[in-house]
Amino acid sequence: MNVVKTFFFPLGLDFLSWKLCITVMRLVILDNYDLASEWAAKYICNRIIQFKPGQDRYFTLGLPTGSTPLGCYKKLIEYHKNGDLSFKYVKTFNMDEYVGLPRNHPESYHSYMWNNFFKHIDIDPNNAHILDGNAADLEAECDAFEKKIKEAGGIDLFVGGIGPDGHIAFNEPGSSLVSRTRLKTLAMDTILANAKYFDGDLSKVPTMALTVGVGTVMDAREVRIKCSLMFPL
Amino acid sequence: MELGMCGAASQCPPLSHREDLWVRGGRILDPEKLFFEERRVADEQRDCGGRILAPGFIDVQINGGFGIDFSQATEDVGAGVALVARRILSHGVTSFCPTLVTSPPEVYHKVLPQIPVKSGGPHGAGVLGVHLEGPFISREKRGAHPEAHLCSFEANAFQDVLATYGPLDNVRIVTLAPELGRSHEVIQALTAHGICVSLGHSVADLRAAEEAVRSGATFITHLFNAMLPFHHRDPGIVGLLTSDQLPPGRCIFYGMIADGMHTNPAALRIAHRAHPQGLVLVTDAVPALGLGNGRHTLGQQEVEVDGLTAYIAGTKTLCGSIAPMDVCVRHFLQATGCSVESALEAASLHPAQLLGLEKRKGTLDFGADADFVVLDDSLHVQATYISGELVWQAEEARQ
Repeated sequence: MNVVKTFFFPLGLDFLSWKLCITVMRLVILDNYDLASEWAAKYICNRIIQFKPGQDRYFTLGLPTGSTPLGCYKKLIEYHKNGDLSFKYVKTFNMDEYVGLPRNHPESYHSYMWNNFFKHIDIDPNNAHILDGNAADLEAECDAFEKKIKEAGGIDLFVGGIGPDGHIAFNEPGSSLVSRTRLKTLAMDTILANAKYFDGDLSKVPTMALTVGVGTVMDAREVRIKCSLMFPL
Repeated sequence: MELGMCGAASQCPPLSHREDLWVRGGRILDPEKLFFEERRVADEQRDCGGRILAPGFIDVQINGGFGIDFSQATEDVGAGVALVARRILSHGVTSFCPTLVTSPPEVYHKVLPQIPVKSGGPHGAGVLGVHLEGPFISREKRGAHPEAHLCSFEANAFQDVLATYGPLDNVRIVTLAPELGRSHEVIQALTAHGICVSLGHSVADLRAAEEAVRSGATFITHLFNAMLPFHHRDPGIVGLLTSDQLPPGRCIFYGMIADGMHTNPAALRIAHRAHPQGLVLVTDAVPALGLGNGRHTLGQQEVEVDGLTAYIAGTKTLCGSIAPMDVCVRHFLQATGCSVESALEAASLHPAQLLGLEKRKGTLDFGADADFVVLDDSLHVQATYISGELVWQAEEARQ
């Protein structure tokens, strides 16, 4: 029998002591995926409510995609539908998006965010930021994204996942710790893993993506990473 | 520009999937595109309480109703059509083809110009064009059609057709018997005019029916009724459902009156199982639809209504149904045990496909006309919308 253990690595950063990458790291272990999703969603919900966002005071959230955060998104939607949580004064910045995939393709991260989150909540579309993988000038698009984060006052809480090899967004191991939003070629492992979403046709799988950098993530005032591991008993 | 959003389960994808329907400018809108490109949200939201949203029903065979007979050459045919168009909204019908039974030429010449193609709205369901059932049909299988006015086009083929009907501008479907001489020329000419040719009231064998389909026929008028019965060595017109002689890629559609009277449920199931994609629910409703028991007029004849049955007065010959479309949908669902989606498609998508309108009607796809119905779980119509506007609502829903 396998047991799912979920780990949290909350990283609280002191802006002034940026030389220390980690000032506080808390590890939270939960017994199953659903509990972990609920925990994460409650944490995010409480963070937003405690912040008391308003017209001149938006809460900025960094968001991931993939299968891991699905449970968390479902819970957040539930809290919104119950009337407990509004995203009216929340700004979001997604971690990444494929290059060259049509925005309305079912596997694009735009589609993911629309279907799994945005369409169920009350966020202002002008405040939902996702990198445009079809921009004419991809480098300019990345710079503009960094600029938008700065204009929003930086990110209050960056939520993300971590791959089995330790990658965050599309920053593979070995990426510079001060990297910013940029164009990346996808690792072969990632391309192979994604093939199943493109009818098993490798030629259809995107090979490049725009991604926030490690530095971009670490600039956030708080970072919360979720990962699921299976332990055979 | 007004945006509306209904919260409800939609007809496609599968019913277990809860979706919202977005409408703007009378058409169904892609909300993801709206969110990311225009950066807009809904101006108005309507909660449909988790009910089913389905494309509006399309009735391609309806002879009248509520006392109105489309085959009667009155001075104000338009008013009669408008009355029926408004009353069938409560049955979930958002588009229809007013049908004329076999009549003398002077009736066609007087009536047809008064029934133009018309968009639906609060005034009533949209008119897609007229269905002319007869007079080029079989004497033996005329059913309720008056014998005196049957004719043939042996002499001058398509010219005879034009002489009988007059200008064909408002005509959408013609039902004829393919065994009549020169039918192939006529079918080809009608098809070239963009008119859907249907086979019915006929004693054609399967071979003649297949030839007619190759000439352009795409529909069968009320399958089983007014045609030779299925025989295992010559299935007749019924055999078209499983024929391998049809042009590649051509789908043959067939109308079925699922009122519980015109077709035995077992026969309904046989047809549905043989060729589910071609089944088109029609009412073939007579002027007595919506009226009570008693005597009423159909074409040039008198009919007798008793419950859900209508006969030619003094005989046992059925002459059309008086079951509304939503009753037909529910009966079809119950008789065949098919999925709710299949039952709904038989009354919406399939008739739209028959008429080549499937991009605009009979579907909830983005870009289609926002003609839809709100149904409860047992498929009773709660509300009807045309071009995104509420045009009818059930009493209990008004509270």
